[in-house]
Amino acid sequence: MKRIAVVIPAYNEEASVSAVVSSVNSLVSEKYIYTPIVVNDASTDRTAEIASKLDCILLSLPANLGIGGAVQTGFRYAWREGFDYAFQVDGDGQHPADQLPVLLKGIENTGADVVIGSRFITGKGFQSTFLRRTGIRFLGFQIRIFTGQRITDCTSGFRVVNRNALELINEYYPDEYPEPESILYYHRNKLTISEIPVVMHERTGGKSSIRAFSTIYYIIKVSLAMFFTNFRIKKRRS
Amino acid sequence: MIEFSFRIQLLSIIVSLLFLLFIGRLIVKGKLREEYIIFWVICTLILVVFSFWRDGLDVVAHLLGVYAPPNIVFLGAIFALFVYILYLSIILSGLQNNNRKLTQEMALLREMLEKLGKQEPKVEKKETDGHHEGS
Repeated sequence: MKRIAVVIPAYNEEASVSAVVSSVNSLVSEKYIYTPIVVNDASTDRTAEIASKLDCILLSLPANLGIGGAVQTGFRYAWREGFDYAFQVDGDGQHPADQLPVLLKGIENTGADVVIGSRFITGKGFQSTFLRRTGIRFLGFQIRIFTGQRITDCTSGFRVVNRNALELINEYYPDEYPEPESILYYHRNKLTISEIPVVMHERTGGKSSIRAFSTIYYIIKVSLAMFFTNFRIKKRRS
Repeated sequence: MIEFSFRIQLLSIIVSLLFLLFIGRLIVKGKLREEYIIFWVICTLILVVFSFWRDGLDVVAHLLGVYAPPNIVFLGAIFALFVYILYLSIILSGLQNNNRKLTQEMALLREMLEKLGKQEPKVEKKETDGHHEGS
């Protein structure tokens, strides 16, 4: 039996957190045990109260760290507790739990260290807006220049990582908008990344961490961060 | 004319000395950490020196080949501020990193404590069992 951590970063997600946790708990498999880990990022609503009554691990941050810091907390927990694989699933219901086995199958079949679920390979399900797709393509273009690898959905937070990647994340994970930057960080530390098609939903509650007015800021910030990640000193691996 | 420049000199001497006094007070009260003292003391001393030494600016400007002496004040001041602000940004980034680590560690420890709290009754029972076997 392999143990699977499902990290659910939640900032003011009282409307959807219980549905996400129970959808993870409803997954039954002979090969895997799924453990939902809710990371409450200092929510001001009843997220913590609701999550504490659910069948899940609850990590409550005393101060708001943002998505990257919250996800890293869950991944650090998974690393310390010896989980075999760890997922990141958004707390707003955008990533359907029934796609988790698809990604798991992907990581076991490809032998990659990181598998990203992409909504653009088959073009099914929620496809986001034109502006965002253009931004994603632009960031993907930069990733292709730096890594030589084509990633169609580099902002997808729907990912599964193995223990090699968990060890890296335990050391460092980007704070703000971590998804595209972490791809370069994995690449720089010689991890293999692969991408498989998934179907995403439109979010059921909460707001995107990327708001409309800050899309340009997002693109510039992530581009800069990605550029400098290429020169970041590699983690010394024992 | 002479009286005017004397007035401004007196004013700048008073202001820079007061500033030096204020910084000294902050240090004594422990409100300013040692790392930041050096920058402020040096800057204030430069102010004091140039308020007393009226021709100093012209002399320095001449030495460096600057045509208009006031320009050297702007150049120097802006450069010093840039460097200092960068230094503060570095400190801020370090603090943010520490803050993140501490916050994460607190969440992880809290979870561990709660888990231990739930296990506690079992541990007590084990201890009493061991006691019985021993006696």
